[in-house]
Amino acid sequence: MKKKTEALVISQRILAEGIYDLWLETELARDAKPGQFVGVYPVGKATLLPRPISICEVDAAKSAIRLVYRVVGSGTAEFTLYQPGDNMTILGVLGNGFPLEAAAGKRAVVMGGGIGVPPLLETAKRLSNLEGGEKPKSVAAVMGYRDAQTFLSGEFEKVSKLHIATEDGSVGTKGNVLDAMREEAIEADVIFACGPMPMLKAIKSFAVANGIKAYLSLEERMACGVGACLGCVCKTTKVDEHSHVKNARICTEGPVFDADDLDL
Amino acid sequence: MNTAVEIAGVKFKNPVMTASGTFGSGMEYSDFVDLNRLGAVVTKGVANVPWEGNPTPRVAEVYGGMLNAIGLQNPGIDVFVERDLEFLKKYDTKVIVNVCGKSVSDYLDVVERLSDEAVDMLEINVSCPNVKEGAIAFGQKVSALFDITSEIKRIAKQPVIMKLSPNVTSIAEMAKAAEAAGADAISLINTITGMKIDIHKRKFALANKTGGLSGPAIKPVAVRMVYEASHAVNIPVIGMGGIANAEDAIEFIMAGATAVAVGAMNFHDPYTTINVIEGIEAYMKQYGVQDINELRGIV
Repeated sequence: MKKKTEALVISQRILAEGIYDLWLETELARDAKPGQFVGVYPVGKATLLPRPISICEVDAAKSAIRLVYRVVGSGTAEFTLYQPGDNMTILGVLGNGFPLEAAAGKRAVVMGGGIGVPPLLETAKRLSNLEGGEKPKSVAAVMGYRDAQTFLSGEFEKVSKLHIATEDGSVGTKGNVLDAMREEAIEADVIFACGPMPMLKAIKSFAVANGIKAYLSLEERMACGVGACLGCVCKTTKVDEHSHVKNARICTEGPVFDADDLDL
Repeated sequence: MNTAVEIAGVKFKNPVMTASGTFGSGMEYSDFVDLNRLGAVVTKGVANVPWEGNPTPRVAEVYGGMLNAIGLQNPGIDVFVERDLEFLKKYDTKVIVNVCGKSVSDYLDVVERLSDEAVDMLEINVSCPNVKEGAIAFGQKVSALFDITSEIKRIAKQPVIMKLSPNVTSIAEMAKAAEAAGADAISLINTITGMKIDIHKRKFALANKTGGLSGPAIKPVAVRMVYEASHAVNIPVIGMGGIANAEDAIEFIMAGATAVAVGAMNFHDPYTTINVIEGIEAYMKQYGVQDINELRGIV
């Protein structure tokens, strides 16, 4: 069940320029799945809306979730001030998450770009830990960054084979995640991806051209986070079951969609 | 202690409702709020056929509030009746259905379709600033508001609330037109037309360019308009606009509102409606108020 609740700050540090790494102790960790997100509330009286932030990692044993976020405005700037022992108000857990079962017996590739990288860490970790019939044939990660500040890359290396692409060519393939796919001849049957819209569009085209199944996590300006306001919709190829028009709520039917269902 | 209020013969257990468009059909907030405790659930606007709404971005936060330009996306009346109204039947709360349309006949289709349904009241949205046709066109001219209200009243089986726009020169004139045409109540305010520009991208923050401003930023405007409207007419007024807590709700009641609705603040805190209900009771205890109706228009 969704809840608005207080979470205790366990730690916070800077990972890269403008990118922060926050661990929170919260009961919401118990049910959190990779690809889901929480709404984090700034306390400033002038702000109204929770900021949707993807879950980077879950430590169910410690009732903790990890949020890796980028400072984009005054709300996220406020979050950087929190210290261990402080309380933050969060709403969650929200959204559907990545369908890990789609990777059973398949060559799975997780792809992240920029601030789309964090939710793929828990995804890669869980894919690598699957056993028996659910186990993927292989798990690889392809992460795209602007420059040499390849945040979380060391942690991806621990759970999967990692390939890096950087815009300035300072690490790995020069270019984007698809350039890395081609250059490194990475084979995939199923892709789980999160990143900016041009990247997701390119992944969808790549997946269609190569007969690969792709699940894409979308981002949009959001208000309620729980499916009431219809602020954060995306265009769909078929009439959506809830809206009865070709729009789906990113916060509720998403943020992860089957690429075939999206009209990007 | 009595918190019940009555509007057009419909009794509400307390004066706290949800503002249309901010609470879905109640389903989306039922994880957070026991809907049985609400005075009424006012549903998201519904038209005769499904509407796609506007392109995204549809929402933007601004200082003390937010802009929205959803464009009245809705699944159409048939799905609404089968799914949303069916869901609301499980709860002991009043159901007010917000009705929108592009032409008078669109509105009439929905009103007629709802005749035999479990609906306590109709709220007619003639004040959405985010759709190109209909809606606000009926809410900004006295004659147009009078005509559509008369047409709806002619066929409506439930009492009719006309939801008024603040984007007018005289709210009193609009309120009087609704009353003269037979409206059973009025609700106000809908959102105030606004605009935000993203100076880093050098673009409008909303794809629709303009959007409706809601949230605490608009509360003083809303209180003033509720005061003016309630003094202009004898029909009950439902007040809304930036209500965040019981103090805000009581302001609206003292300005003349019989009931109040919580809107954008549901997004800030899904428990706002319940906090407002409990806060009103605490206020009444503190000041020894026996009946909430004693506070109405007391200023």
